[in-house]
Order: sequence, then structure tokens, then C-alpha cells
Amino acid sequence: MDSNIITIDGLRRRYRPSTPGAPAFEAVRGVDLRVRRGELFALLGTNGAGKTSLMEVVEGIAPATDGQVRVLGHDPYTARAKVRPHIGIMLQEAGFPTDLRVAEMARTWAATLPAPMPPEDVLAAVGLAHRAGVAVKSLSGGERRRLDLALAIMGRPQVLFLDEPTTGLDPESRRDAWELVRSMLADGVTVVLTTHYLEEAEDLADRIAIMHEGVVVAEGTPAEIGADAPATISFTLATGRPLPPLHGRDSANESARGVRHLIRTQHLEADLRILLDWSQAQDVTLDGLDARAASLEQAFLTIAAGGRPTHDLSEVPA
Amino acid sequence: MSTATTAAVRPAPGTIARTRALTRMEITLLGRNRTTLFNAIALAPLMVLLLMGVIGDRTDGAGAGVFGGALLTTLVAFGLLFVAYYNLTTTAVARREELTLKRLTSGTSSRREVLFAMSMPALIIVIAQAVLGLAAVVAVIDVPPLTNPILVVLALGLGFAMFAGLAYASSGLTKTVEAAQLTTLPVLMVTMLFSGLTLPLSVLPEPAQVIAELTPLFPVVTLLNLGLTGLTPDGGQVTFVGSLAEAVVPLIVLIAWTAVGVLATRRWMRWEPRR
Repeated sequence: MDSNIITIDGLRRRYRPSTPGAPAFEAVRGVDLRVRRGELFALLGTNGAGKTSLMEVVEGIAPATDGQVRVLGHDPYTARAKVRPHIGIMLQEAGFPTDLRVAEMARTWAATLPAPMPPEDVLAAVGLAHRAGVAVKSLSGGERRRLDLALAIMGRPQVLFLDEPTTGLDPESRRDAWELVRSMLADGVTVVLTTHYLEEAEDLADRIAIMHEGVVVAEGTPAEIGADAPATISFTLATGRPLPPLHGRDSANESARGVRHLIRTQHLEADLRILLDWSQAQDVTLDGLDARAASLEQAFLTIAAGGRPTHDLSEVPA
Repeated sequence: MSTATTAAVRPAPGTIARTRALTRMEITLLGRNRTTLFNAIALAPLMVLLLMGVIGDRTDGAGAGVFGGALLTTLVAFGLLFVAYYNLTTTAVARREELTLKRLTSGTSSRREVLFAMSMPALIIVIAQAVLGLAAVVAVIDVPPLTNPILVVLALGLGFAMFAGLAYASSGLTKTVEAAQLTTLPVLMVTMLFSGLTLPLSVLPEPAQVIAELTPLFPVVTLLNLGLTGLTPDGGQVTFVGSLAEAVVPLIVLIAWTAVGVLATRRWMRWEPRR
């Protein structure tokens, strides 16, 4: 049996120009991805990287301009009636008829689903049981987000799409939301999510893809992606002087307090040892010395700065 | 989750069950907006009383029922125009801008189901206006001849579907709820002007008359008049059998406009705000 529950091949999504004649904007520029059954797959990227544009095509909300998407073996857009009953979608932004009460919205949603959980149970699961009789317009932003989540999970989906599910939630609600997602993962649900919170992705995701300018620039487990990124060493020298030969690449900036060095390296330990030996031999002080192992955050920041996470090929161990 | 094992297995809701659920939601929302609801429904009988006060004496005698029927035609035609067209346009824009349309289509419901359900409150109001208007006409004027009730039902049903289609299409060309006051003007002006209600079409030159008879509201008015009073557009009086022959052309025009409404909705309706 195919272990991939979602396959994405050569996917492109272009937006029609808002004024005729203007160039079309291509938000997704050729993406290939595989999501395995039962995993949590996190899609990261800077704002405008194309995450939501990609998600909407995979959810079957928008058609692909080019390429192919299969969810549970079907095209989610053209075979939407076959796919939708088995997936749950939490859009990044969606509204409610504001005069409707929370319980009414939940009941309406349940009535459209093949095998819904009881609406009261779902509201309780997201901590909205006590707000059931309240009009949606009276909910706080975080409460509305939890109602979004409630509707997404109500149909016992096989695949759950969460587009920035915890944005706008207070820390406690975020933790509760993640408990809920964990329990769904434990039940075998596949989760695809986008998030701004890297620590969430690092903690929860089995695999991660990082998007930048419409393409996937890194893909793998959080550890793999972090390992690809360079470690960094930074310090300030009171007076400018040449550094000893290092594996990594140095960039130096003059400042009022001296010369600030930032070294990106795939060999943190070796370079750190060289620097420490050198500073002792030369009797100089490495002010504000900071050494950081490669991390998902580093990888992400490198990408956000416009670079790719992989360093000089010569430095990558064979 | 223990609920998973105890959940009763039931057949998946089909299009009818989903549409029913969405329609129930729409009616709940309609009921929550009591002021609008009252204004919309009370308008019809109030108009009858008002017009009676203005026109007064003309209702006496043999033609009273026919006069009452013609009055009802005007009420229903304008009800369709303002409730099924104008109000539904603003509703669709509001729902799109508050991202409710996007939400509803992120579930199992199809676009068609969402559109159908969204129009139901308007249909309820139009029917309520027609029934209350009829009651008022019967009470203060006379019973209309009701020459062919089938034509009345067809005019109402098709007229509603047509204007709902045009409303959804118009909503796609309307950025905000306020802008709907402008974007609905072309359809409102053209249909009202050439409906035969506001201006006798006989004052127009011959070719213009033919074109006027092809505008959306004219066949609705013709069918309503035929059905309620037996009056033809040129002032003739027909019986049930005669009304059938007279109804063919307006029915074809109306069905064509209904198809235009559906196609225009597919072409122009938008489901989320433009970014």
C-alpha cells in the first residue's frame, strides 16, 4: 500500500493579474512533496513564501495552474466530493455569519459531515463549551480560532490541514491546541500544517519543508534541516587583526567597540578550538563570544535572509 | 478518542441533507434580524393600503378584482427585484467579505448548495409578501380573478431563480456592501423601466418595444398579470386556455434569462475577497 497520503508533483499556482495586461503573479513555482500517512508535516516559510497558496491547492480550494496533486489518491479540486469528507481544513482566515451562535455553527457543520463527532464534545475539546450559547461576533480572536479548529476536526478527518492554527492564541490555548493535535496524531490522523512558530515545528513535526519565493528550498526532519545549516561563531576584537585559517567563512564589521566577526561554519568544534588556541597564543580577548550549533532556526533565518541552507559544497562532509 | 467507537454509523449526508442544514442556518439568521424581517414582510400589505388610500374610488365596480390583481403583480414584481436581486446581491457581498463563503466551501458542501441555501431567506420573504399582499387585496379590494395560478407560480419561481442568479453575478462585480447601491443600478433601472409597470411600452417606437419585451422583468410581469387577472400586455382579456398561448413567449424569454443568470453566476461570482 502506498504510504504517501498526499503527493504533489511540479505544482504551480499563478494568480490572474488584478488589472488586465499586468504580469500574472506566480505564488507557487514548481513544488514536489510527499506526505506520509500518519505523520505531521510542517510547511515553513517567510511571509509571502507561498505556503497558503500551496495549502489551498492541496486542500482543493483552488485549482493548480500546472502540475498534479493527489490527496487520498484523488485530485482534491476536481474530485472534491470524494476527498472532502475525509479531510479537515482550518483555513488561515475564514469567517462566520456573525449573528450565529457557537453551538448553531457547530450543529450546522456537523449536519454536513458523514460521521461527525458530537458538536458538544468538539466544543468541549477546544475549550468552548461554556461559550456555546454566545453569538460568534462576541468571541475573542483566540476563541474564533478555536472554533475554526473545532470545525476542522469535527468530521474525524484522515488528513487535517492547519494553516497557522495557533496564530493569535494565548500560550495556554496554544498548548491545549497542540494537545488536541497530538491526540489526533495518536489516532493515526495525518496533519499538514503551516506555522510561524519554529519551536512548534521542531517539537511536533516528523518532517518539514521550508518554502522561499514559491519553491521548497529545504526538506527533511527537523534535525536534518538543522544539520544542513551552518553553525555560527561571533565575537568582537578590540583591534582589527587577521584571524587564523578557519573551515568556515568569516565576515567582519567595524563597530565603535572594535571589529565584530561572524563566522558561519559546518565545523563548529574545530573552528572554535582554533579560535580559542589562537586567542590564547595571541593574548587577545574574544569579547561577547557566542557559538551556536546548527538549528532549525538558523536554517530558517539563513533562508529568510535570501540564502540556501546548504553551505559551500566543499565544506559539506562527503 | 472514545467517541470514535461509539459514533452511530449513518449514511453520509447527500446534497439534500447538506442544503437543508445550511438552509436552517440561513433561516436562523433571518429570524435573528427581526427588524429587517418585519420591514420586508409588512411592506406588501402596507403598500396595498397606501395605494388604496391614494386611488380610492377606482376600485368600485366590476373591475375591482382585476385592479387588485394588477396591484398584486406590481407588488410581487418589485418584491422580486428588491429582495431577490438587490438584497441578495448585498448579502452575497457581505458573506464574501466576512469570509463566510470561503468557510462554507472549505467543508463538504458544494458551491451550488451554499448558493441555494443563501437564497432561501429571500424566497421566504418574497412568498410572504405575495401571500400577505394577496390577503390585503382580498380584504380591502376584491378577489382577483386568478385566471391561471400555474403561471403565477412559474413567474414567481423562475423570476426568483433569474434574479438570484443575476444577484450572485452582480456580487462578484461589487467590492463592498455600500458599492452594491451603484452596481445594482443598471439591472434595477433597465428592468424597472421596461417592465411595463412604470411606463406604458406603447409610448416607445416599435423596435424599442420589442427590445423592452425581452428585458428580464417584462415576462415576469406579463405572466403574473395573465395568471392573476387574465390581462394581456396590450390590454386584452383572456381565459385560462387563452392565457396558455399568451404565456409561451414570455416563458421562453424568462427561461433564457434564468439560464443567463446561472451562466453569469459561474462567470462572475467570487468566493473570497480580492487581495
